[in-house]
Formats: sequence, C-alpha cells, structure tokens
Amino acid sequence: MARKKLREYSTKSIIKNNFPTIIGNGKTIGIKMIQVCNNSPTLMEQSKNHIWLAHNKLVVKPDMLFGKRGKNNLVLLNANLEEADKFIKERIGKKVTIDGKEGAVTHFIVEPFIQHSVEYYLSIVAQRHCNRLSFSSKGGIEIEENWELVQYVDIPYGENIDHINLHQLVDSSIVNRESVIEFLKNIYKIFCELSFHFLEMNPFTLDFEGRPLPLDCRGEIDECGQFKVGNKWNVDDEPIHFPQPFGRDLYPEETFVNEIDEKTGASLKLTILNPRGRIWAMVAGGGASVIYADTVADMGYGHELGNYGEYSGDPNEEDTYKYACTLLGLATRNPDSTKPRALLIGGGIANFTDVAATFKGIIHAIKDYQQDILRSNLHLFVRRGGPNYQSALQHMREIGNKLSIPIQVYGPEVSMTSIVQLAINHINSSNNIINNSSSSTTTNGIHCH
Amino acid sequence: MNNNNNIQLPAKLFSKQSQALIYNYKEAAVQRMLDFDNVSQRETPSVAGLVHPGSEGGFYKAFFGFKELVIPIYNSISEACQENPNADVFINFASHRSAYNSSKLALLEPSVRVVVIIAEGMPENEARSLISIAARHGKVIIGPATVGGILAGGFKIGNTAGTIDNILACKLYRSGSVGFVSKSGGLSNEMYNVLSRCTDGIYEGIAIGGDAFPGSTLCDHVLRYERLPEVKMIVVLGELGGWDEYGIVEALKKGDIKKPVCAWVSGTVAKIFPTEVQFGHAGAKSGSTAESAEAKNKALLMAGAHVPNSFEEFSQVISHQYSRLVENGLVNPVEEISPPELPLDFKTAVKAGKVRKPTSIISTICDDRGSELTYSGVPISKVCNPEYCIGDVIGLLWFKKKLPPYASQFIEMCLKLVADHGPCVSGAHNTIVASRAGKDLVSSLVSGLLTIGPRFGGAIDDAARTFKHAFDCGQSPEQFVETMKAKGKRIPGIGHLIKSADDIDKRVVILKDYSKTHFKSSQYLDYALEVEKYTLQKANNLILNVDGCIGVLFLDLLHSCQLFSMEEIKEIIDVGYLNGFFIVGRSIGLIGHALDQKRMRQPLYRHPWEDVLYDVEE
Repeated sequence: MARKKLREYSTKSIIKNNFPTIIGNGKTIGIKMIQVCNNSPTLMEQSKNHIWLAHNKLVVKPDMLFGKRGKNNLVLLNANLEEADKFIKERIGKKVTIDGKEGAVTHFIVEPFIQHSVEYYLSIVAQRHCNRLSFSSKGGIEIEENWELVQYVDIPYGENIDHINLHQLVDSSIVNRESVIEFLKNIYKIFCELSFHFLEMNPFTLDFEGRPLPLDCRGEIDECGQFKVGNKWNVDDEPIHFPQPFGRDLYPEETFVNEIDEKTGASLKLTILNPRGRIWAMVAGGGASVIYADTVADMGYGHELGNYGEYSGDPNEEDTYKYACTLLGLATRNPDSTKPRALLIGGGIANFTDVAATFKGIIHAIKDYQQDILRSNLHLFVRRGGPNYQSALQHMREIGNKLSIPIQVYGPEVSMTSIVQLAINHINSSNNIINNSSSSTTTNGIHCH
Repeated sequence: MNNNNNIQLPAKLFSKQSQALIYNYKEAAVQRMLDFDNVSQRETPSVAGLVHPGSEGGFYKAFFGFKELVIPIYNSISEACQENPNADVFINFASHRSAYNSSKLALLEPSVRVVVIIAEGMPENEARSLISIAARHGKVIIGPATVGGILAGGFKIGNTAGTIDNILACKLYRSGSVGFVSKSGGLSNEMYNVLSRCTDGIYEGIAIGGDAFPGSTLCDHVLRYERLPEVKMIVVLGELGGWDEYGIVEALKKGDIKKPVCAWVSGTVAKIFPTEVQFGHAGAKSGSTAESAEAKNKALLMAGAHVPNSFEEFSQVISHQYSRLVENGLVNPVEEISPPELPLDFKTAVKAGKVRKPTSIISTICDDRGSELTYSGVPISKVCNPEYCIGDVIGLLWFKKKLPPYASQFIEMCLKLVADHGPCVSGAHNTIVASRAGKDLVSSLVSGLLTIGPRFGGAIDDAARTFKHAFDCGQSPEQFVETMKAKGKRIPGIGHLIKSADDIDKRVVILKDYSKTHFKSSQYLDYALEVEKYTLQKANNLILNVDGCIGVLFLDLLHSCQLFSMEEIKEIIDVGYLNGFFIVGRSIGLIGHALDQKRMRQPLYRHPWEDVLYDVEE
C-alpha cells in the first residue's frame, strides 16, 4: 500500500463526483468526458447515451499515465464524432514507444473541445508539514520552460484554506481572478478530503461562461486512505482501478502474488525484472530485499536479476509456501543445461518473524520442486537470522541432503549479502547438470500441490 | 524540501529508568522487553502498564528475570497515564485503522513524551495530522510502520532486536558509542549485529519506519545524536524515495553535525528497472532523480559523510571511522560485562530441544492437537458418518477399539434400557428434589448420579467380577451361592425390590434374547441362569436383575468377540468399565427429570412430617 497514480479519467471522475458534497451550495464542476478502452463499447456506440458527443467538437487523448502526449501525435483536437471514433479505432490496442518504454495504448479519454485563450497551472503536493499549492498564469505544454513563473504557498497541514489569502498567488492580472481563487480553494478542499497525495491541472482554463475548468489533469492518491474514503473513489460506480505504469503489464505470477498479498496482514511482493534472469531473490524484509537487489547490481549482474520481491510481517506457512512455489516456478522455467542458476533465500536478522515457521513453507515448496530444481541446475543460497533461526537453518540443510538439492546455508555469522557472491560464482561455473535424464517437460505456471 | 517547520527533538529520549505503556499489548513483545530489562540489569521493569480498551482492567502476568511480575491492565489511555505519571513512552500496537485515535490521545497526555506507532498502512493524512499535533506539544513520534528502537543497556521498544539470544550476541545489554538510525526495522537488527562486530556497538538505534511521512525523520535523530555526548559516531542507513537524507546533507554542510557520519542509501538497483517500481516500503518508490539512491549517496558524500561504494563495503567504512576515533582517543573501549543469565522460557527451550520434562498427564484415547480431532486415531469426520453409532464412540473412547457392529449395537441397547426407570428410584428422586430446590441442571444431574452405587445401578462391575471369579474357579452354582452365603455377602446382580420370577423384568428378557441371537458364546449367562435357578428356590425375587444380566453378558461379549486378550478382559473388569454404561444411560433420564421439574415450575420439595417416624427421646 502506498501512493497510486490515477488515470486522468479517474482523477476527473472523483473530483466531479465529490464536488457537490464537499463544496456544497449546489455548486458543480463542468467536467464532461467519456472513457473508451479496449473492452468498452466504442465511442460511436457510447454516443447514443451521451448526446453531447455528436453536438460538440471533441478532444481525444490517450489516458495511459504518460505525458507529452501532444508531442507523440496521440492527441486529436477539434474533431467531430466520426473523426474521433476513427482516430481511436486506428490507435487503440496498438503499441507505441514513449521514453523508451513500449506498450499498447488501451485507454482514451474524450472531452468537448473548449475554445480558450488562457491556460493556467495548478498543482497541490502533500508534504510533511504542509500542502504546497502552486499556481502559474502560464500553464500548458510549455510549463517546464516557464517554471520560474510558477508561484506557490505552503498551507500548513490542517489549516482551513478559507483562512488563507491567495491574492498574492493569483495576482490582479489574472482574468476572472476571484473565481480562479475560489476554484483553487475548492480543488484544495477536494484534495484534502479524498486522500490525494498529488494533484495537477496543467492547464486549466475558463469556459465560455468564465468558469474554471481543467483541461489536463493528473492525480495520485494515498491508497492507505482506502478504509476511510475508498467509497468516494468510485469511478462510474465501480471501485477505482490503479493502473500499472505504462509499458508494464503484469505477469500472471505477479498477479498471483498480489492476490495473496491482499488477503493477508503480512506483506508479499513480486516484480519480475527479467524472466530469463539467472539470479532470483526470495528475500525477507522490505529493507533487506532492496539491499540484496542492490548488491547483485553493484557486482555487475543486474542484467541477470530475475526479480525484485520481499516477504515480511510474519506471513503464515501457507502463504510463504505459495510465494516460494511462485518463485521456484519462475527460477526453474525452461531449463538450459549450460547455464546454472541461483536462488537467494536471504534476509537480515528478523525482529519477530518466526523464521522456522516461514522456512517450513519454503521447504515444502522446495520438496515439490525438487525435480525442477535439479533439472535447471538451480543452487539455493540461504542466509537468515531471527527467532528460531537455528532450527530453520538446520531443516534447510536436512532437506538439501535428503533431496540431493544443492543448498548452502548460513546464519548471522556471515554478512547479510555474502551469499550474493556465492550465487554469482555459481552462475559463472561450468558446473553442468548431474541428472539430466529425467523428463523433458518444462514447468509452466505455478503448481502448488 | 522536507525541513520546513523543522522542530528540534529532545536529545535524550530514553534512559535506564524509562517506562512504557503498551496499547493493545502483544504478549511476546512485553516479555521480550522485560527479558531485555533483565540482561541490562534494570532495577525497574520497562513496562509500567498495558492499555486494553474494552477490558475490565485486571492484571497481566509476565516474567521479570526469575520472578513473576504483575502488570496492571487499564481500560483507557487517560487512566493508564494518570496511574503511571513516570511512564513517558507510549507504544501503540493498534491496527492501522485505529492507530490514529489512540496515538492522538496519547500525544495529548501531559506525561507522555514519546509515542511509538507500530502499525503499517496508516493514511498519510493521519500521519501528518499526528506530526502536527506532536510538533505543537513538543512530543516525539517514532513510526508508523516501525519496530521501534533501542537504547542499548537501557530501554527497548517492543519487538526491537528480536530474541534474547540476538540481544546477547549483539551486546545490546550494554552501551556502545554509535548512534544508528534507519528506516527499516529488519535492517536495524542486521546493523546492530554488524556494528557489534566493527565498533563497540550502538548507544542507541532507531527505526523510523518505511512510510513517506514518518513521525520523526532520519535527520531528526541524526541531530539528536549530534547533541548526545555518549554518541561518538553516527551511522545512517537510508533508502531511495523521499528527501529525508537531504536534511542530513544540509546539516552537514552548515556544520551542524561535527561527529563522523557513515551513511548508505539503499536502492541503487532502481536504475536497472525498466519502469518505476514500488519497493517493500511505502516511501520507497523509484522515479524522481533527486530521490534516487545514487543522488542521495553522492550528496551525502559531497557534504562530508563517509559513504561506501556498496552496502557490502559499509561495514569496512564504519570500521575504519571507528578505529580512527579509537586512535584519536575519542572512544574509550567499553568495559565488557557479562550479563546475568536469563532463564530460558520453557516453550522456547522445548522448541530448541534444550530441555526435557516428564509430562504430568498421559492421554491415550483422544488427540485434539492436529487439524482434526481424533478418537483413538479415528478422525471426527469419520466418527460422524452413519456407520458409527454411540456404541462405537464408547468403543473408541473406553475400549480403544472399533467394536464389531453387534457389540456396538449391544452397548447402545444397554444405554437405552437403563436410560430411565421412573421418578421413584433413588437417582431420579434426588434429581427431582435438587431441581425443585432451584439448582441448575448439572447440580440436579449429579445429585441423582451420586446415588449410583452398590445398591442402585452400580452393581454391574461387581456382578461381572463375582460371576467371573466363580465361573473361572470352576465353582458349581450351588457352591458359589453357599460360599457367598457363608461369607454373609449378597450376590451382586441377583435380586430385585419389585420384580420377581412371577413379574419378570422385561429388560432382562430383551438382553438375553439379543445375546442368544448375536453372541458367539453365552457361557457366563448360562452359568448365571443356573445360579438364578438355585437362588429362586430360596426366594421368589432373587432373580438375575438387569445389572447382573448386563455384567455377565459383557463377560460373554468380551470373551467371544476375539478383540481382547485374557489380560485385557481382566483389566476391564478390575478397573470397572461397566458401571459406566449405567451412568451414561441414566444421565439421559436424570436430565429429563430435572428439565421436567423446571418445565412444570415445581416448587421446593419438602417431605411431609407424617411420612417420617419421629422417634426422638423426649
């Protein structure tokens, strides 16, 4: 749980939906928009229920958590419905490369095209003691070039925005100054109420009645606020969806681990970096896991690192077992007799996690994957300390002997990351597989028995 | 960027006299704190009280060394604080959903100086609200999402530093000269181990927690360490994401920190990730360049901190700085003390295979420890199948065998037959009187059960014993009866108050018929019937009664079903299993009588005077 980026459509939806209740006095915000994605009806089909689509000039933008959309020929301005529909159909599901990241464009946002003369900039960022409210009269795509024009006020946490004078921030040169100030205050209130961490409107403008209206919008919310305001985050009456960064589709194994993670009070994380990597890491602890990954990269083997992951918070035996199965499945996939592999079963010295109990789950998984481990020449390198670590390590040694699986086991007597060098030595060895005669089937997916 | 409104924390947070209140106490954490107290030779326990909202107060028992300590439990934070004005540390184990309110209340208590929030997943807005409250009231927050911290040899928060063997191995029972701070609790413990090897150990260690807005920052604690004279060098373990490390950079640049600082920011791996990654800690997110581990390590290095090239080298850098301090006479080597022996917790010792102890109780019939309850090894799911009747349950729990169906049926038939015999028999009468006296069900039941004995219902075992002995010795029925008579003993199982040869007991008939159809042998019954023939010559009511009949039929059953050896049969009869059938069966009837009286709202029973012969000397 942490900060999550939202699609523009989601950000605008939750602002629009909550505007009347948070601001009151019957006020609303004039946001009109439609989302078209790869599993929704087409724009043309949706136009039957949204008559404005046919009676307005439209703007079409991809809604994929990447910026500089105009610069990548992915934005259509001042188009009619047919043109917009065609534009989307030509691009949806197609792969594009943005900043070196390739991915399919799956979501578009369609809005009325607003003829406008001013482009203002607004952002709010949560900081430790305050929220920083920034404003500029020169918003839009040139904002970075005009960054010195951006002014800000730091509003102490908990301070009522109505008690803050924003007339210096929004000076007298600003068209419709008072309604712009009111708009800033309203958006600020929504930001605070809905557990936003970051909100940016670049630009917002004034509609034909002079009312402020966001054109582009980015938002990040603090997912930890879910239990308090999660019901206010609904988008089109569905719970909000947090998209992956662009160019990053989830592997099934990652989805599987996410699902276990959501059901437990402990923490289980998996990010696959390189499915063909030969060094895999199953490391306990949010802090230690980063250091293991660092060490692999520092030693020049970042390209061989299969994953980043961690388990912590005393997960039960069953969850640890499933997690270990997932990693063993990945680490032993498509064996290649000439290329040895290594799995780091690492961790620091636990404070309260029962190491013997978590290792039970891992040992169970190792038993299930015995053949796969041998076939892929995977060596296991263990280093761990904490409650009951002695018996945990003993069991690990015993299972290695019993199943003839190469396992090297260490406790707090060696430094935490010392097993990384051993793993690198192993993958560089010409140590070929002893037993290559068994079945030739490859293991695909996760098999937990 | 993060240091606007920075408020200086007090340098000294904990001492050897510090005491804590623990909210939503965790038993293991309390005991670990007290164990630490013991090896640190504290005079007072570090846990003053526990707050358990919704409890009725009371006390919690824990060990303080060899002694048992009674720790008061309070219903509210304010009550706990009022009763313990000396306890200035509040350790909050509440969940992420409720940690805000309890932490806020604690921050507002005048006696509390430090609030530790263990929960992971507190909303950022709540954390920020607590930070502003703490700042206004001059309080210190450690956490959220932390294990806490430790003043070596003085005071330990909750689960920090893990088990006692780790505390001993890392010499955390005595003060060293390093001030350590990190985000991660797990890595803190790892670093205590590292620091115990390459320095004289920590003076204090704090894990601030992995959240984006920790209650106190890395920089806050570094500045504290700068002002603590006991701290000679400062070690910081940072992490990618956030701006906290830049606070240390600024302080170094301004000359606010003069003690040597060894620092490492983890997360250098992020650069090889193709897209932004959320690491294990909420605050650890790759993305912005300035928040990257490289940028922060570089800034720290430029500002004068001692920064290794990798975590692997961190201990060498620390070791090097420490030896320079020693060379310059800035650190006096600590005098090593041997901490007092801590008694091993029994459970821990058992788990580690270090102790053995004779068990107090042996049980051979039922096991409730596994995933499924078993009766003599048969899982309860199987026992609940229709092919197992109550007779089979008795077979498993009394005889430890799955009896053949005809035997189980026989047991069940016995239970049915003895279940009740009207309100006038002594057991039912007692139950009725007790029930009408307003006693509860179990009192009324046992009041009736306690009349079961040699004259009422309790003759089955004796009958079996006596008939078995006579038959096995080869006594003829006549010899048997006459021997008993010569000894002046009644034959158990013979005779009835009401029933007679003319008014036969239907129950006995049913039992005899069943045994003739189903049992493979009836030698004991035949013998008993010969005895009955002989006794009937003496009086019409000296019949084989229901107790006697059940007793001898069981002898036949045990001998003929081929499941029991002669020794086992002897043991069953000697121990006296068989009265149990009457007790179980009659309990059904007695409960019925007790309920019947209550249902009928019957008043207290008083026996009428006229039914008593008063023969008292005038």
